[in-house]
Amino acid sequence: MAEKKSLLNEITKGFVKENPTLVMLLGMCPTLAVTTQAKNGIGMGLATTFVLLGSNIVISALRKVIPDKVRIPAFIVIIASFVTFVGFILEGFVPDLYDSLGIYLTLITVNCIIFGRAEMFASKNGIAASACDAIGMGLGFTLALFLMGSVREILGAGQWMEMNIPVLHDNPMLLFIMPAGGFFTLGMIIAVVNKLSKKKPPEELGCHGCPNASACAQAGKGGCE
Amino acid sequence: MKELFVILLSAMLTDNFVLAKFMGICPFLGVSKKFNSATGMGIAVTFVMICATAVTYPIHHGILVPNELEYFDTVVFILVIALFVQLVETMLKKCIPALYSSLGVYLPLITTNCAVLGVTVLNIDSSFSFVQSIVNAVGAGLGFLIALVIFSGVRKKMEYADIPETFKGVPATLIAASIVSVSFMGFSGLFS
Repeated sequence: MAEKKSLLNEITKGFVKENPTLVMLLGMCPTLAVTTQAKNGIGMGLATTFVLLGSNIVISALRKVIPDKVRIPAFIVIIASFVTFVGFILEGFVPDLYDSLGIYLTLITVNCIIFGRAEMFASKNGIAASACDAIGMGLGFTLALFLMGSVREILGAGQWMEMNIPVLHDNPMLLFIMPAGGFFTLGMIIAVVNKLSKKKPPEELGCHGCPNASACAQAGKGGCE
Repeated sequence: MKELFVILLSAMLTDNFVLAKFMGICPFLGVSKKFNSATGMGIAVTFVMICATAVTYPIHHGILVPNELEYFDTVVFILVIALFVQLVETMLKKCIPALYSSLGVYLPLITTNCAVLGVTVLNIDSSFSFVQSIVNAVGAGLGFLIALVIFSGVRKKMEYADIPETFKGVPATLIAASIVSVSFMGFSGLFS
């Protein structure tokens, strides 16, 4: 029973308490880039979840086989293979989404969430726990992307999931779907999360999420200054 | 010649990698606190971008395309970049220790910088020639450097600002980035 409870905990922690984007501040690039529409946010989130699930399971299964010194290239190859795989699936079944995600689909390879989870969790835990962690983190990421996408689409285009929003549809605030609006929306959402959460999130992007923290000489000395 | 110039300037300004394409946001927010580290990171990224393009372009057109293995692009590119960064780090350490001490610390961080993988993949996607690819990489790297250096100035000023408690740290930084991004929007339409 205790086992089950802890697995459930691995899943739910990613939603709010350790939300990878809004609390741990990882994976900023796709969060900002593809969230001009709520739909793209969901698509990107689910694609990332899939890659995360696959890579976490494989890395966790191979964690005793991969020598410590070459683990970074090994992880990269595993992750990149899953990204290629997802790319094929999306291209075949949802070509629209494939086109709108564009290069950012390839860039899932270097998403710090995936690398961070491989390094921090999958290489130290069993397969079941790693899979649950991946699902939790992935859905948390999807949730954050959906939130970002909804805010930007409603304000910037006056639409939401192909529904027109009354007043805003005639006078959309175009800035919100432009790059500048992405930074602004994310800043605002993180501020709201800061306000709501009792525990104070990290003030700066520290080394905790950096995939190279173990290899980097600066780690633990106050970050990458 | 004119065409190359347009590629260079648009990669630097209108399609700035950080502020318009959202690539390399992590170092942009993480390493832009001080002017010196911002410059160091910017130069290191520019250097790696140029070299990575010079290495991946021949691999794509010389090995992958003739064997119809284009779909291995992602796997091969990221591996090449990772190995290359390692190589540069080792070489700098041995040959030019002075440069290593100023740039070396940023090199391991670059492997997983999406801007570097991004520029190599974009070069292939936009079917640039070799020279165009290199120019695009130079422009992208310089654009990254400019964005980081400008932003380090903005953040220096922000240290003295009286920011509401909720916005302290990352939210304020992101909103400042948004304003810098608006200023870069002024360049749009420059080459059309």
